Amino acid sequence: MTFFIEVVLSGLMAGVMYSLVALGFVLIFKASGIFNFAQGVMALFAALTLVGFMEKFGMPVWLAIAGTIGVMIALAWLIERLMLRHLVNQEPIILFMATIGLAYVLEGAGDILWGSDVKLLDIGIPQGASDWMLDTFDIYVEKLEVFAAVTAAILVVFLAVFFQKTRIGRALRAVADDHQAALSVGISLHTIWVIVWSVAGIVALVAGIMWGSKSGVQFSLSLIALKALPVLILGGFTSVPGAIIGGMIIGVGEKVAEVYLGPFVGGAIENWFAYMLALAFLLFRPQGLFGERIIERV
Amino acid sequence: MIYRETGQFKTNYSDDQALFPIAQDRYVILAVLFITFVLVPVFINEYWLNAILLPFLIYALAALGLNILTGYCGQLSLGTGGFMAVGAFSIYKLMVAVPELGFIPLVIISGLITAAVGTLFGLPSLRIKGFYLAVATLAAQFFLIWLFNKVGWFFNYNATGMITSPPMTLFGVMITGPEGVPAAKYLLVASFVAVFALFAKNIARGRIGRNWMAIRDMDIAAELIGVRPLLAKLSAFAVSSFYIGMAGALYFSVWLGSAEPTEAFDINQSFLVLFMIIIGGLGSVLGSLLGAAFLVMMPILLKNILVGGFGTNSALAAHIEIMTVGALIIIFLIVEPHGLARLWRIVKEKLRLWPFPY
Repeated sequence: MTFFIEVVLSGLMAGVMYSLVALGFVLIFKASGIFNFAQGVMALFAALTLVGFMEKFGMPVWLAIAGTIGVMIALAWLIERLMLRHLVNQEPIILFMATIGLAYVLEGAGDILWGSDVKLLDIGIPQGASDWMLDTFDIYVEKLEVFAAVTAAILVVFLAVFFQKTRIGRALRAVADDHQAALSVGISLHTIWVIVWSVAGIVALVAGIMWGSKSGVQFSLSLIALKALPVLILGGFTSVPGAIIGGMIIGVGEKVAEVYLGPFVGGAIENWFAYMLALAFLLFRPQGLFGERIIERV
Repeated sequence: MIYRETGQFKTNYSDDQALFPIAQDRYVILAVLFITFVLVPVFINEYWLNAILLPFLIYALAALGLNILTGYCGQLSLGTGGFMAVGAFSIYKLMVAVPELGFIPLVIISGLITAAVGTLFGLPSLRIKGFYLAVATLAAQFFLIWLFNKVGWFFNYNATGMITSPPMTLFGVMITGPEGVPAAKYLLVASFVAVFALFAKNIARGRIGRNWMAIRDMDIAAELIGVRPLLAKLSAFAVSSFYIGMAGALYFSVWLGSAEPTEAFDINQSFLVLFMIIIGGLGSVLGSLLGAAFLVMMPILLKNILVGGFGTNSALAAHIEIMTVGALIIIFLIVEPHGLARLWRIVKEKLRLWPFPY
C-alpha cells in the first residue's frame, strides 16, 4: 500500500512538471490560437540562458533569473515582430509549422550561444528525499518535486488573478474570444501577443528551471514538449486548470501503468501510454476535460 | 508566348477531361519523364543516388501520401514516421518469409498492410479533429516505434534490434543493399513515384478525391450533402498510409539497407514530411514533389556552402544549418504560405498573358 501511494505521489509530482510545460501552450493557444510547438525548446533556451548567465558571467542567481526574464521578453518581442505580425490570418496549420521552424531556430541559437554539452543547473532548490515524509509516513518524496508543485500552484494562482482581475488580463481574454471584436474596441493585437509570449516565456523559464534542476540542462529538455501534448488534449487546449489536472492524471496514469503494467509488456511504455490514455479519453469527450464546448455551424 | 493554349480546340468530351488539357503541359511532362528515365540513369553515380535522388524520390512518395491525407482530406497527421516503420518492417518480414513473390508485389503488400494499420489509427478522426487529431496521431507514432523496438518477432529476434534487408533481385539485377546497381535502384523507385503520382492525380479529381475535399473544406456541410465522413476519412487514411507504407518499404530496403526503429523512423521524419507538403503546397501532387526536392537539397546545399565555402567546423555548421533551415521555413511560410505549387501556378498565369501584364 505504501508503495502504491509512493507511485501515485511521484506520478502526481511528475504530472505537475508536465503541467508547467502545458501551461505555456495553453496561454499562447488561448490568446492567439497558435499551437506553439516551440514551447519545449523555449524552456530549454531559457534554462540554457540562465546557466550561461550564471557560469559565463558569474552572475548571482537572482540577477541571472532577472536577466533571463529580460531575454525571454526580448525574444517574445522579436517573435511578434519578425514572425507573427506577418502571419496574421493564416491557417492554423501554417502557424503551427512556423512554430516548428521557430523551434529549430531557437535550438540552433541556444547551442551556438551556450554550447551543446550537458550542464548542471543549481539555483539552490532543495533536492533529495524529504526526511519529514520519510520519518512520519515512511513514504519517499522528492523535495524538488514538492517545490515544483508549490511553484506551479503559485504560478496558477498568479495567472488566474492576472487573467481575471487585471486590465491586460481582460484584454487577453477578449483577444482569445474574438480577434476582430477585440481590435474594434481598441485592443492592440501586437501588444497583446508580445505580452502573452512573454508570459509563456516566463512560464517556460520556470519549467526549464525545474526540469533543468532535475535532469540537467541538455537537448532532451526540448522533448518534454512532447510529454506535454497528451496533457493538453486531455485537459483541453484552452483551459489553465485543465492543464494542471490533465498533467496530474497523465502523471499518475503513466507511473501506475509503468510500474504495474510495464513488466508484462517489456517496459518503457511511458512514451506512448500517456497518448493512448488521452486518446481513449478523447473518444468520450472530444474537447478535452475542460475545453470549451465545440459548437459547429455550417 | 510559348505557353499559351490558343488554338488548341477540344472536339470531344474525353479531350476536355484530359489530365493535362494543355499541350505544352504534356510536352513538359514527356520531357521530364524522358530526363528521369533515360538521361539520368546513364549518368547516375553512387553519391548522387544515395545523397540526393533516392531521398528525394522516397520522400516524394511519402509526401504524396501525407498530402492525400492532410492536403486533400484536411486531417492533420504526425504519425508519418510510424507508418513508414510499418512499411519497412512489413517488407522485412515478407522478404525473409516469402522472397519468391518478387520485390514489387512485396512493396505493394507492405503498402496494403500499412493501409490497414493506418485505417485503424484513423478511427479517432471520426470523433476529433484539428490539433486534437494531430496529437492523437502522435500516439500512433510513439506506440508503433515502441512496438518495433520491444517485440522480437518483428526483427526476427536479432540481438541488435536492427533489421537488415536480405539481397533481392528484380529481373536478375540486384536492387537492395550496398551491392545494388545504382541505375536499377533509381529506375525502380522513380517508376514507383511516377506511377503513384499519376494515380494520386487521378484519384484526387475523381469521386473519392472530391469527397475528401468536401470533408476538408467543411465536414458538416459535406455530410449534409451526402458525403459519408466515415468512408471519406477512413479511405483517406487508408490511401495515405498505403503510399507512406510503400515509401517506408523502399526507404528501408532500397535506400538504407538496414535500419533501427528509434533513429530511422523517429518523430522528426513526421515533421520533415509535413514540412515538405506545406512548403510544396497542400493539396497538390506537384507540390509534394517540389517540397520533397526542396527539403532534401536545401540542407545538403547549406552544408556544402558552410563547410566547403567558409570552412566552418562541422559541429558549428550543424547548428547553423538547423537554424537556417528553421529560419528559411518561417520566411517561406510568410512569403508564400500556399507553397511552391502556388508559385508555379502564378508563373503559368503570367506566362499565358506574356508580354502583357493582364
